[in-house]
Amino acid sequence: MRNDNKAPVIEVRHLVKNFGKVEVLMDIDFKTYPGDVICVIGSSGSGKSTLLRCINLLETPTGGDIIFNGKNIMDRKTSVTDYRAKVGMVFQQFNLFNNMTVLQNCMTGQIKVLKRSKKEAEETAMKYLTQVGMDPYINAKPHQISGGQKQRVAIARALAMEPEVLLFDEPTSALDPEMVGEVLEVMRELVQNGLTMIIVTHEMAFARDVSTRVVFMDKGVIAEEDTPEVIFNNPTNPRTKEFLARFMHDQ
Amino acid sequence: MNIPIMLAANSRNFWEQVVYLVQMGGKDFLQGAEKTILLAVVGTVIGCLIGFLIGLVQTIPIQPRDNLVKKIFLKIVRIIMAVYIEVFRGTPMIIQAVVIYYGSQQALGINMTAMFAGFVIISINTGAYMSESVRGGIESIDRGQTEAAKAIGMTHFQTMFSIVFPQALRNILPQIGNNLIINIKDSSVLMIISVAELFYATRTLAGTYYDTYGPFLIASVIYLSMTFPCSRLLRWYEKKIDGPDSYNLAGTNTKGMPVKNRRSSGLTMQMLNRKHSGQRSAMR
Repeated sequence: MRNDNKAPVIEVRHLVKNFGKVEVLMDIDFKTYPGDVICVIGSSGSGKSTLLRCINLLETPTGGDIIFNGKNIMDRKTSVTDYRAKVGMVFQQFNLFNNMTVLQNCMTGQIKVLKRSKKEAEETAMKYLTQVGMDPYINAKPHQISGGQKQRVAIARALAMEPEVLLFDEPTSALDPEMVGEVLEVMRELVQNGLTMIIVTHEMAFARDVSTRVVFMDKGVIAEEDTPEVIFNNPTNPRTKEFLARFMHDQ
Repeated sequence: MNIPIMLAANSRNFWEQVVYLVQMGGKDFLQGAEKTILLAVVGTVIGCLIGFLIGLVQTIPIQPRDNLVKKIFLKIVRIIMAVYIEVFRGTPMIIQAVVIYYGSQQALGINMTAMFAGFVIISINTGAYMSESVRGGIESIDRGQTEAAKAIGMTHFQTMFSIVFPQALRNILPQIGNNLIINIKDSSVLMIISVAELFYATRTLAGTYYDTYGPFLIASVIYLSMTFPCSRLLRWYEKKIDGPDSYNLAGTNTKGMPVKNRRSSGLTMQMLNRKHSGQRSAMR
């Protein structure tokens, strides 16, 4: 799948993030190529979510560089809003806009940020809402639909911006088991469509099936990074082994 | 003021006196009430705008990548706003009225009408209270809302105006209602700078007819008949913002408009479940 001749979409170089004196991320390096599906796994507190939030600049990195299509977004001159419009994000807690209907949720970014016409925004929103199977619910407010439905709308909202990369921050962790399936199903479809994605997840089976590469994070560093076959069958790092053994045991 | 009226006052019983006062002073009462409601509504609206403006400036994030001029400018503006809030919340409105009205004449040589001064005083007084309410309203909105807006590339102002403010406004509506009612009543302190609002009119009538109890009883009824509809109106507006309890599935009406009719929205809840299960199996 991966083409090494292409330039990376996102390249993270020597990324450091401290919260006060606590070092959450220490010298993180990794590259995401077009079409990559990278799953980031690891125990809670290992810095997975912080890494994702740093990539989208929701957290300001303490040090290091993030290169997006050859441009350093840590540079003051780079427009953060332009960059964010091209890098979508799906949150654990969905974060749908509570004052808007499902349809408006998927339209507002297109109108305000991409300056699309109302008609075009509605057509695009409907296209992606249909893709995630939420088109019958366009008139509902977020508090009127279930968690799984919210997350599918949140994915449609991110897709409607037609991003180059989509980031997922534990998209199924706040859902009960029945609803996890419907969200993962939508995400599998995105993988088939060739969307570039970085996914922080605890769904090991999903990570094994869909990812082009798996990143295992431990205590603020990337402990191991390889293809899913290697990570899940022959991990070299003892921490990876330990983590996966415990995880498989729990399953 | 003539003697026959004064003599007649003694010959009427209480209710006759009230009817008499309404007949004689009705126009003055109404003119006073009109000014009172005008002062309260305009003052509350402008006060809210001040409150939201301050709320907007207070929430502008200062980031390490911002330039120095912006940082210093924001700091200074915020200090000025903090002083404004503390001063106008911390002193009585009646004193603010005197200081601003007479002060602007004596110290600054600005001549404004008493009514105009009244608008200014109520607005900036309400603004000081509202900016604290707005701050609370903004803080009550989940951070996830802001993060989601930023993640799709919205600027701070876009995030505030389209996502945070509409939700904060809903949360502080009861507070705005409070302020409106307080302003209807407390605009009476403007009589100190001789604004002819309801209290001033009542006091004048009491003097004219040598009757204190009657005019003030009538005034209290007028105050109540202004505050009560206002509080009901705001309650109705809150419900309107919340929108309908249920929603319509697309396809059940052709225009995709929300359905206000109770009967049909009740129907949709059942159809929703049916349609939902069908939808999922169709996807697989």
